[in-house]
Amino acid sequence: MNLTLKIWRQKNASDKGKMVDYSVSDISPDMSFLEMLDVLNEQLIEQGEQPVAFDHDCREGICGMCSLYINGEAHGPDRGVTTCQLHMRMFKDGDTITIEPFRATAFPVIKDLVVDRSAFDRVQHAGGFISVNTSGNTIDANAIPVNKHDADDAFAAATCIGCGACVASCKNSSAMLFVGAKVSQFALLPQGQVEATDRVLNMVKQMDEEGFGNCTNTGACEVECPKGISLENIARMNREYLKAAFKG
Amino acid sequence: MSGILNSSIGRKFAMALSAFFLMIFLLQHFAINILSVFSADAFNEASHFMGTFWAVQYLLQPVLIFGVIFHFVMGFVLEIKNNKARQISYAKNNGAANSSWMSRNMIWSGLAILAFIVLHFIDFWIPEINTKYIVGDMSGMHNGEFRYFHELVEKFHSPLRVGAYVVAFVFLALHLLHGFNSAFQSVGANNKYTKGLKTFSKIYAIGIPAGFIFIALFHHLTGH
Ligand code: HEM
Ligand code: SF4
Ligand code: FES
Repeated sequence: MNLTLKIWRQKNASDKGKMVDYSVSDISPDMSFLEMLDVLNEQLIEQGEQPVAFDHDCREGICGMCSLYINGEAHGPDRGVTTCQLHMRMFKDGDTITIEPFRATAFPVIKDLVVDRSAFDRVQHAGGFISVNTSGNTIDANAIPVNKHDADDAFAAATCIGCGACVASCKNSSAMLFVGAKVSQFALLPQGQVEATDRVLNMVKQMDEEGFGNCTNTGACEVECPKGISLENIARMNREYLKAAFKG
Repeated sequence: MSGILNSSIGRKFAMALSAFFLMIFLLQHFAINILSVFSADAFNEASHFMGTFWAVQYLLQPVLIFGVIFHFVMGFVLEIKNNKARQISYAKNNGAANSSWMSRNMIWSGLAILAFIVLHFIDFWIPEINTKYIVGDMSGMHNGEFRYFHELVEKFHSPLRVGAYVVAFVFLALHLLHGFNSAFQSVGANNKYTKGLKTFSKIYAIGIPAGFIFIALFHHLTGH
């Protein structure tokens, strides 16, 4: 297939940046979206131009590094996939594809399509963990009985890969789905109870300080999330937060 | 508990509480207005009671005014904060792919409702307050009979006013089609009852505004 690409180019964090048009030809419909960009970059290097910078690592949908806002949607038009899992067969020969970085004040652009998502790391550091003594007398996690339903929900929440598609898709750049998943993962398990109050208060505080927006419950995040993280996680975080806040 | 309004979740919780309060108020307002379709006397009695009973006037009315103001001021605050959270917008954004128009435009449906509330205040509330507390006439009478029903019918003569009324209630329906269910999610109620709550929200969001429109059209078309 032959395609026209409109790509955001920005030299560095302080550059203003602009959309630039490129064309690529002979793209196989079986290629992944990132492979298509590899083809473009080979072409640019041959022409002596700067290749387009974009994030990627595992290229199999587990690391959450690949980002990209493709034709107005995070990770493009397919559902339940990351950009590395998006196939070119989702597009037609002759299509024009708009490719932008994830946009949010909390995710500043570093270069071209690469954004700084370390705000997520700082939210995670604020409470997304349990403190377990690993000195040798650690109790086996399986020794504590957990309701199957809760275990399943906790596991589903834990599948969040921290990609940031929820923030990118949200009209308010809210990080509630991500933080909701991280809070839920522990709130559902006995091991998470001891630090539950501090966890939710600190993580929400950090989330607000990073400059993410407020949730309007549009549900865009849930639709665009490659891991199908449910809005129920936001409701659970809201409950956990209100419980913790009224406790004082 | 301290500074709950300084947190994103706290603000959403307060927003939802004020919205729930408005939903209850709207239901009560509808219950009285619909009487005007069936019986002028019943409508007069109810209006007189609401207009003169001290607990309504001095307790509920101030709470209501506070609730409305809190709701739209918080709506503006959230809107401004949310716009700040993305300073550079997308060249191409396909919002329709993942969310409803209503959910993405709460501020616009809200502003339309606000415009209506201003009109409504000028139309009904200010004359009411003037008659009762400035002129000092608490009788609710005019030419020997209750004035409320006549005043209502008279307002609905003008096709312009009825038109504005209909448009405003369409916007209210759009606001509530997303908002009512959203408020349940905000207070953390997303569980096995979600499906039922969604249906209930939808019935309310369409039914109540449609009912208000029906009342306006009824008086406009029948002339009484
Ligand atoms: C006076 C003008 C109004 C304005 C400017 C306004 C504005 C808004 C805005 C901007 C939101 C979204 C907040 C968010 O980001 O989550 C909202 C939510 C809502 N509004 Fe309004 N609104 C108004 C009147 C009303 C009225 C009269 C009702 C009901 C009778 C109502 C019911 C709701 C509900 C149920 C929500 C959802 C709350 C939530 O998601 O937690 N609004 N309003
Ligand atoms: S909740 Fe989904 S969209 Fe958001 S960071 Fe996690 S995996 Fe990505
Ligand atoms: S590159 Fe790892 S998820 Fe796409």
